[in-house]
Amino acid sequence: METYQIYSLTSAVLFVIGLAGVFASGHFIKKIIATNIMGGGVFLCLVSFSGRDALAFADPVPHALVITGIVVAVSSAAFALSLARRIKQLTGKESFSNDK
Amino acid sequence: MTHLPTSPFPALLVGLPVLLAVLGLFFRARGRAAVGLAGSFLTAGLVFVAFFEVTQRGTLIHILGGWEPPLGILLRLDPLAAVFIGLTAVVGVVISLYSWWYLRAREACTGGFPLFWPLWLFLWAGLNGLFLSNDLFNLFVAIEVVGISAVALAVLSGSSAALAAGLRYLLAAIAGSMAYLFGVALLYGSTGTLDIGILGQVLEPGATTTFALLVITLGLMIKTASFPFHFWLPPAHSSALPPVSALLSALVVKGTFYLLLRLWTEVFGVSLTFAVGQFLGLAGAIAVIWGSWQALMQDRLKLIVAHSSVAQLGYLLMIFPLLVLAPGVTAGSADWLYPAWTAGIYQVLAHAFAKASLFLSAGIIVMALGHDRIQSLRDLVAWMPMTALAIGIAGVSLIGLPPSGGFMAKWMLLKGIFLSGQWWWAPAAFAGSLLTAGYVFMLLRLAFAPAREEGPFRPVPRILQVCALLLALGSFLIVLPAESLIRFLEGSEVFGTGIETIMEGGAYGND
Repeated sequence: METYQIYSLTSAVLFVIGLAGVFASGHFIKKIIATNIMGGGVFLCLVSFSGRDALAFADPVPHALVITGIVVAVSSAAFALSLARRIKQLTGKESFSNDK
Repeated sequence: MTHLPTSPFPALLVGLPVLLAVLGLFFRARGRAAVGLAGSFLTAGLVFVAFFEVTQRGTLIHILGGWEPPLGILLRLDPLAAVFIGLTAVVGVVISLYSWWYLRAREACTGGFPLFWPLWLFLWAGLNGLFLSNDLFNLFVAIEVVGISAVALAVLSGSSAALAAGLRYLLAAIAGSMAYLFGVALLYGSTGTLDIGILGQVLEPGATTTFALLVITLGLMIKTASFPFHFWLPPAHSSALPPVSALLSALVVKGTFYLLLRLWTEVFGVSLTFAVGQFLGLAGAIAVIWGSWQALMQDRLKLIVAHSSVAQLGYLLMIFPLLVLAPGVTAGSADWLYPAWTAGIYQVLAHAFAKASLFLSAGIIVMALGHDRIQSLRDLVAWMPMTALAIGIAGVSLIGLPPSGGFMAKWMLLKGIFLSGQWWWAPAAFAGSLLTAGYVFMLLRLAFAPAREEGPFRPVPRILQVCALLLALGSFLIVLPAESLIRFLEGSEVFGTGIETIMEGGAYGND
């Protein structure tokens, strides 16, 4: 098995764990972490493509994409965390299950 | 595609609203609102000029920083993008006017929500970016800008219900864009390019392409709130401020539909199969029936309108199976594809106007009554005839009665269903219209019913009612230029030459 195949498989597994976590777990923080695991899988997949062809240089485009993607993911996660914190302050709830 | 006429318009259409949004942040409450309203008119004016330019010169492009694709990023303003940008501008300006008066009227008790204006301009910039981008990663950034500013607008009221709905919306949006990005990564890995035009030429059918198509479609379905991922839409759209609900329902969800349409036809043209189309169509058909049924079951006006959005978005997904002929059905020419296209475009236009009008009307009613329980709509016709008329007209367009824009959409959808030999979608389309008629007439019946108590309605600024009525009328006026609009759209690659290549099962004639 070649290195990039290991990376690709790992990223697929991470993505699925994250996707399942977003829908299955109840706690806000768990859900937010799950989206970050999804992101981790995607970024791993993308960045592993840069070393795939045995070139002298790594392909720089995936690096640029991943760094942008991470910035976006961090800001979304920060926004989600601040919403979760505000909900906790207002209602004391930490998950959607005990809504209303 | 670099031979097309270049123009600064595509860059300006994204840059101007961003600049105005940032400019607004330097002012305090009143000044910010003034910058916001003036900025809306300025942006709409620019859109008007750009739209005219496209009708004269055809597709315009802008190569950012002079770096040509595949490395650089190209913005493309083709007729399809121009129609969506035009729709955003027309609906956006009316909602801006409404917001100005609405937020002023509420300023005394709740504050004027000064953050509304910069966020709305950011959202506008994101939507324009989404319509213009021709690069898969740039599109990812655009849907993130749209998603984050949309959630920020949705939680603006700060109530705990709005915050919970907003968090649900945000989590769904993040999961959706990550799935989209996963598909983009796979496409980059297999082709080494992100440019839509180049991808359309080099992409070959195969397992990776099909998988990428599925993850991207899944991600965009989550973001378009199509069944079974509709759960976040009704709470988010019904708990937001009325002008925000109108923006979210009329424009934001259309952005991801537009992307789905572009990618399906321009990138994945080669790997579209009957089965994938059926899968999307089924999700749409269930959404149409389930959403309309849920709308019928609600007793609060904003929830009815929000569930109705789920159903009306279902109609949009139902056009995708119609882009592939049923097995065993043969067609001599590309004529069978046009009705499905027309249905998609008209459903977007008609729903945007009608739904914006309904949410603005709901806002007026909440302002007049203090709540939106529909039992209190009794005698609405006598107290607020203009709003009652707006609800009636918008409702008629949602049902799809002639001569509304909704009629045009549903008629063309049925035509496409029969021409492509997929009769099994027809019952869903009919049932959706019947159920829609159910909840619209339920509202109208109450509006005409005699009041039980005297004078429950507080006065509402007349201009708000005028805005809602204008949008409702818009859902009828859009049928007037139908023929020239379709001609105009044929100038874009997805709509015109692209249709012939779907016929041959080949890649898109994108250059």
